[in-house]
Parts: sequence; structure tokens; C-alpha cells
Amino acid sequence: MTASNIATSGGHDGHGVDLNANYLKAASGWRSWVFTLDHKRIGMMYLAAVSLAFLAGGVFALLVRLELMSMGRTIMGPEMYNKMFTLHGLIMVFLFIIPAIPGSLANFILPMQLGAKDVAFPKLNLLSFWVYCVGAIFALISIVYGAVDTGWTFYTPYSLTNPQAQTAVISLVLGAFILGFSSILTGLNFIVTIHTLRAPGLTWKRLPLFVWATYATSIIQVLATPVLAITLLLLVFERIFGLGIFDPRLGGDPVLFQHFFWFYSHPAVYIMIVPGMGVISEIIATFSRRAIFGYFAVAMSSLALALLGFLVWAHHMFVAGMSEFATMLFSALTFLVAIPSGVKVFNWTATLYKGSISLAPPMLYALAFLFLFTIGGLTGLFLGTLSVDIHLHDTYFVVAHFHYVMMGGTVMGFFGGVLYWWPKMLGKLYNVKWASISAGLIFVGFNVTFLSQFIMGSRGMPRRYYDYLPQFELLHRVSTVGSWIIGLGVMITVGVLIVSLFKGKAAPPNPWGSAALEWQTESPPIAQNFAETPIITRGPYDYHLATKAELYDGFPTQRGG
Amino acid sequence: MTQEPTFQLPPAMSTFAARYDETYYFIYWLSVLLFVGIIGAAAYFVWKYRRRPGVDAEPTGHNAILEASWTIAPIIILAVMFHVGFRGYLDMAIAPGNALEVRVRAWQWGWDFEYPNGAHSNDLKVPVNKPVKLIMSSNDVIHSLFVPAFRIKKDVVPGMYTTVWFEATSTGETDLFCAEYCGKDHSAMMRKVFIVTDDEFQKFLEESSGPPSGMSTEDWGKKIYGEKCKSCHSLDGSKVIGPTFKHVWGEMVTMTNGEIVKVDENYVRESILDPLAKVVAGYPPVMPTFKGTLGDKEIDALIKFIQTVK
Ligand code: HEC
Ligand SMILES: [Cu+2]
Repeated sequence: MTASNIATSGGHDGHGVDLNANYLKAASGWRSWVFTLDHKRIGMMYLAAVSLAFLAGGVFALLVRLELMSMGRTIMGPEMYNKMFTLHGLIMVFLFIIPAIPGSLANFILPMQLGAKDVAFPKLNLLSFWVYCVGAIFALISIVYGAVDTGWTFYTPYSLTNPQAQTAVISLVLGAFILGFSSILTGLNFIVTIHTLRAPGLTWKRLPLFVWATYATSIIQVLATPVLAITLLLLVFERIFGLGIFDPRLGGDPVLFQHFFWFYSHPAVYIMIVPGMGVISEIIATFSRRAIFGYFAVAMSSLALALLGFLVWAHHMFVAGMSEFATMLFSALTFLVAIPSGVKVFNWTATLYKGSISLAPPMLYALAFLFLFTIGGLTGLFLGTLSVDIHLHDTYFVVAHFHYVMMGGTVMGFFGGVLYWWPKMLGKLYNVKWASISAGLIFVGFNVTFLSQFIMGSRGMPRRYYDYLPQFELLHRVSTVGSWIIGLGVMITVGVLIVSLFKGKAAPPNPWGSAALEWQTESPPIAQNFAETPIITRGPYDYHLATKAELYDGFPTQRGG
Repeated sequence: MTQEPTFQLPPAMSTFAARYDETYYFIYWLSVLLFVGIIGAAAYFVWKYRRRPGVDAEPTGHNAILEASWTIAPIIILAVMFHVGFRGYLDMAIAPGNALEVRVRAWQWGWDFEYPNGAHSNDLKVPVNKPVKLIMSSNDVIHSLFVPAFRIKKDVVPGMYTTVWFEATSTGETDLFCAEYCGKDHSAMMRKVFIVTDDEFQKFLEESSGPPSGMSTEDWGKKIYGEKCKSCHSLDGSKVIGPTFKHVWGEMVTMTNGEIVKVDENYVRESILDPLAKVVAGYPPVMPTFKGTLGDKEIDALIKFIQTVK
């Protein structure tokens, strides 16, 4: 605890913010948002930004699927198609998945879970949001202006073939680095916050699993992002001084770029998934009214994933002409990733045992996560097995696999988290029935879209193909129809949340009857989160130690328990 | 013999395929088992322990043995999978010494296959029951040769040779793809593999070095144009990616560096073998080199043909 944090528990800060008022109303005017130092407001701005990115990326995905609906040209030519899937990939990866949960949910919830008034460095936090915006605009301009069609992986030498794209790729990698820089700032901020701002009594063993996951993610962000900067420098050197690094025409090695790229991007995959796992742990605990089974193992498996994430980058390159020894090593290391992932899945399942399970919308997403992530993980075993990967590499099998992990994992975690904390963040309830229907649609649509892609892939349909052979048409059709179901589900969710925002009933402090700390204050929280610094005497999931008042869900009539 | 395609897998037409399919189904059934176990348990718990008035959740306990066993048991399964996968991989890595060597050149956007006697083809033709080794290089960006029915794939990287081998087990035809994204016509790099008997293969080799019997040099040039140049050079005066061949012979052409060059034998030859040496003003430097892909006889035939395009 820092001195300033214990200091007052009431009054005003220096900027005319009423610390004990609802944070949404504590100050007004656009300046109070743009220059806000409140982690909750910054979290909400992130939420708006990443949601926009998600919707934009989603539109490109729908266009890609629409083009693939039938053989030959459906709605666009090959050049346009290549730009569309590039935009889809880049926006989803760099503008959505990486910042989504850390930027929005962790920013809002993490300090509250720690019983803190804010993150350790509120100004840095604001800076990281604006750096994100600058990076996003920079990246979008270079994609559109440079007509980038390289896929999100920018593989050389294709990405260096024409001068226009060459410049665009450099500015894009710069954009990615600016975005990464924002992640570094956020990550650093969270690490310090977790170390120094825990409420009295909040020991490491009582930390919520979402905090552990954010902690692990932050470490990866701080360590991996500098590699992007190095890659960027090398690309610039090559371009300006003609040093042959990646471009074979100058005597460079194009495969080297893949090493650099994946040395950053593979750990980034864990930046994307680990926070989602943290959210799922919170949701499962709350809706089972029970501590996560094997808490310590789940917490440590986040750290293990963070560490292993740095050691497996070359498993993207088994057919790229690496030495047999390197290939063997990376295959073996890749299998190790299965262990912490498996531990999490087993522990979540065991948590359900003898719980008191309610199927509220956030829980539906958590169960969808369990289902989809298990498929994503198991299909990873095919890809880790060398002889099998040779056939499956760069086919739709891989596309389906990482969508099961990234969308089935992270996006389900994000949706679940938004629906879980929505009443806390905005103080509004939403229509549970429609939220559940949309969760069902997304789940069904997702499986229709991507199960068919597994089959296509194992039958030999290569990825990033504008056109294809007749034997794949039926499965492509099925997949496209699936994408519409997902689209419909997402639209309904957006609708449900917009209606809630404007017409939703006021939420009680703890609508889900959770024992976790962030629910033990107003909804929406007051500007300084808690009127008094909370003293922690039990773990966040110790339902048997929580008082009746703490677990009171705030609804006058019993909702069945 | 061909094994017909199944719901999940393409036809099996090489010696690797049987082994691959075995490993694939091993992992598949193992995954199905684990999946049903995990999701079945989860579904059962969700139903059995659904929230009921007056019934509280039981506080979570510890079970060190359970936790240790689901950490350790997977390690054993994973070790087995790793082993099987790596053994299969090693078999695929090392080609037998007596393999027939075929040179493969990839470019944006096409393939060329060159056989030991200097014959070329656009589709791959191989004898059945004989190991074939592909020695591959790329003229421009990274491509990847993928033949699903053989279960093989290997990147084709500019600036280095990569190799891959296989032994076809049945005659017939199957598809060949480029699996590494390489730009606009990536998906047009689909070709066929024809697997023929040894006799047919020998006959093919004899026929395809030099113009096919009964064809004039000029027509042969036109045929090569159709296979290799048409995507970028038109005959009707329209601008595609490169300049048209209409009336080009004998023209004076301005280069990006201001030099003016007459289109003659040497210039055309240089354009084909070293396209970046002189780049026509107003066009991007994207023409791939055909060094190694086109032999002298073919270049002569092309020149003959270009002379006739009026
Ligand atoms: C990928 C597209 C592409 C392919 C395939 C291609 N070229 Fe070209 N070619 C170009 C471009 C672009 C130029 C103009 C820039 C330059 O000079 O390099 C050009 C220029 C030329 C020129 C000089 C024309 C002039 O007006 O001065 C000749 C001759 C030529 N190509 C011959 C061929 C032949 C023969 C083939 C087939 C064996 C071929 N090209 C295949 C793109 C291509
Ligand atoms: Cu290609």
C-alpha cells in the first residue's frame, strides 16, 4: 500500500471530481473523458474502441466468407479479396484481440479486484489509451493507403516485392509497434499495480485468477514487444541502406523474417488467450458459487503458458526448410503447451462438480469457451505432431484451429466478461433472455462456420485461396451460412446492450450474488471505487466464508436461490 | 492402388499416405475420447448441480492425487504422439538414393517441372511405384508445393533449394497446390499431378523435349507463350501487367533509366533471362526471370513467335 492510497476516503480530488459520486457522473463534459485519469473511464473508452475494431473486423470476415460462397468470382476480384482477409486479420489481431481484455475489462476490473482506487500510474494508463488510438489510426492509414494484401503475417519477400507495399509494410510494422508500445505501458502499469496496490489482507494466494492471468499477460507484453521494434529496425535498415537481411535479391534470408515475426507473434498468441482464461475462471466461480478447483495450479498455469509461449515460435515453420533438429525441438516444446492448457480445462470442469450452477448469459459464454477451447486445444495436437502437420499446415484446418482458440477462446471470454461485468461497469441490467438467445446463436453459428473448415482443411483445401476446386464448394457454403448466424448473434448482443444502456433497469451492487471483491461496492462504482479501503479476510471465491449480506443479489424476490 | 477419399481425408496415393492416415486417426480418436470425457462430465455436472433453492455449493476441497494425475498422464500421451510424429517426419525428410530427380521452379504465378533429360512441363508427371525427389527453387517470393493425395508439403523459398520426395502408389491424376500465400493469383497456382506407368513416362520424356512432333517452331513458341507469358503480355495491344507483344518487334523502347533500346533478339533474350537488367518505363519491375525454366531452344521459339505478332 502506498501512503497516498490509504490517505483519504472522502472528499474531492484536485480536479473537481467528487470521489464518492458514481464515476460516470463524477465529472462531466468531453474533457472529463479525454483527459480522465480514472481507470474505469479509460476502461470504458477502450471498450468502445475495441468493440468498434471487432465490428469492423467482423464485417471484413463476412465479406471474405461471402466471396467464398461459390467458386470463382462471387462479389469481388482476387486483389480485393486479398486485401479483405488482410484487413480482417490485422484488425482482429492488433486492434482487437491483443488489447481487448487487458485494455477494457482488466483496466476497469483489476484495480477493483485489488481493492485499489486506481492503477499505480493513472497518467501512464491514459497515455497508453491514446497511444493505442494513434497506433490504430496509423495502422489503418497504412493498410488503406498502401493497399496492403500480405496477410497479417507480412511474410518476406512477398511483402517487399513492390515499392508501395514495401513502405506500407514498414509503416504498418511501425503501427504494430506503436500498438505494442501501448501494451507495454499497460502491462507495466498492471505489474506495478498488482505488486503495490493490493488492499490489506489481499495476499498472493487470495488474488483473483483474473489478476493472475493479467499478471502473466503483462509479463509477456513487456518482454515480447521489443522484438517487434528490432524487426522494424532491420526492415528499415534493409530499405534505406540496402543491407540484405530478409530480401533474397539483396542476399538476405526470407525465412529469417518468419523467425522474427513469430518470435513476437507467438507469445502474442498467449497475450490474446490468457486474459480470456482469467475471465472464464471468474465467471465459472461466480455461477457455480464455488472456488475454482486447483486454484494454485490454474494461477501457475497462466505463468507457465506465458513462459512456454516464448519457446515455441518456430512451430509455425515446420515446412519452411528448418533443420531436422530444430524441427524436433520445436515439436517437443509445442506439446508442452498442452499441459497447462489441459490443467485449466480439467480444473474448470472439476469446479462444476457439486457447485450450484446458474446458466446466466455470462456462464453460457464460459461453457461455450470450455467446449470450443477444448476443440481448439485438441486440434492443436494434430498440428504439433510433425508428420501430420506437414499435410495440415497452411490449410483450412489451421484456420479453423486458431479460430477455435482465438474466437472460441478469447472472444467468448470477452463477450462473457462484458456481460458479466456490464451491470457493474454501467449500473444497468440487460435482457437476459435475448442475451442467452444470442449466445446460443453465436455458439451454433461458430461451430457451423468452423467445423466445416476443419474438414475442408484435412481434405486439402489451402488457406488464403480466392478460388477453389469443386469438391470444396459445399463445405464453403456451409461455412458461409455459419458466418451469417454468428453475425446475427453478434448483432442481437449489440442490440441487447444498447437497449440496456438507454432503457435498462438500475443494477444492484451485486446482481449475480458473487463473493468477489469488485461486487462489494456500488454499481456503477464510485470514483474512488470503495468508500473505504476494504480489508480482505478471505479469498474472492470463498462462498462458505462470505456473509449473507455480501452474497445478497439485491433483488427483492428470490430468483430461485 | 488408390484409396478413395474419406469424409475427412483426401485419396491416399503415396507410400506416406497410409502411415499418415494411421497417425491422423490415432490422434483423432484420442481427441474424440478426451472431448467426450471432458464435455460429457461438464454437461452432466451442469445438469446435476443446477442451482436449486436452499441447496448450497459444496466448498472446493483439494485432491492432490487427481491434480497430479491429470498433469502427468497427458505427458505420457504427448510423448507417444511426439515420437510417432517425429518418426514419420524423418522418413519424409530423407529421400532414397535412387530417386528420380525433378527440378521444380515456382514463380508468381506458375510452376515449371524440369526432368533429367531437359524436358519441361506445367503439370507434374511422374512414374508410379518409383521414388521421386523434387528439388525446388523460387524465382520471386515464397511458394509451397502441396499435394494432398501424397500428404506432402514443402515451402519453395527464393535464394535456396528445398527438397521433398514421395513414391506414388497408383496411377491416375490428383491436384497440386501452392500453399504459401504469394499474391493475386495464389489460388490459380493449382496444377495436376499425372501418375503414369514407367513406359508412358519414358514416352512423355521423349516427346516433350523440343517441339511436339509435327509442330512448327513458331507454333511451339506460341504454345510456350500461352503457358508462361500470357498472364502478363497481351497480343492485342492491351496493357495487362507488362507491355503487349503486338508490333513490339523492332520498336525503340524507353527504359526507366532513360535509355532507348531496340527490341531485337538479344534484348528479348535478356528480358527473359534477366528481366531487371532493363525495365521498360511505366511498368513495375515484376517480371520473373525464366533462367533455368526456359532453355535456348524454347527462347528461340519464343523469339520466332514474337516476331510474328502483328
Ligand atoms: C508476372 C508478369 C510477367 C510474366 C509472366 C512475363 N512478363 Fe515479360 N514483362 C513483364 C513486365 C511488367 C514487363 C515490363 C517491365 C520490364 O521490362 O521488366 C515485361 C517486359 C518484357 C519484355 C520487354 C518488352 C518491351 O516492350 O520492351 C519482353 C520481351 C518480355 N517481357 C518477354 C516475356 C516473355 C517471353 C515471357 C514469357 C516467357 C514473359 N515476358 C513473362 C511482366 C511479365
Ligand atoms: Cu505461390
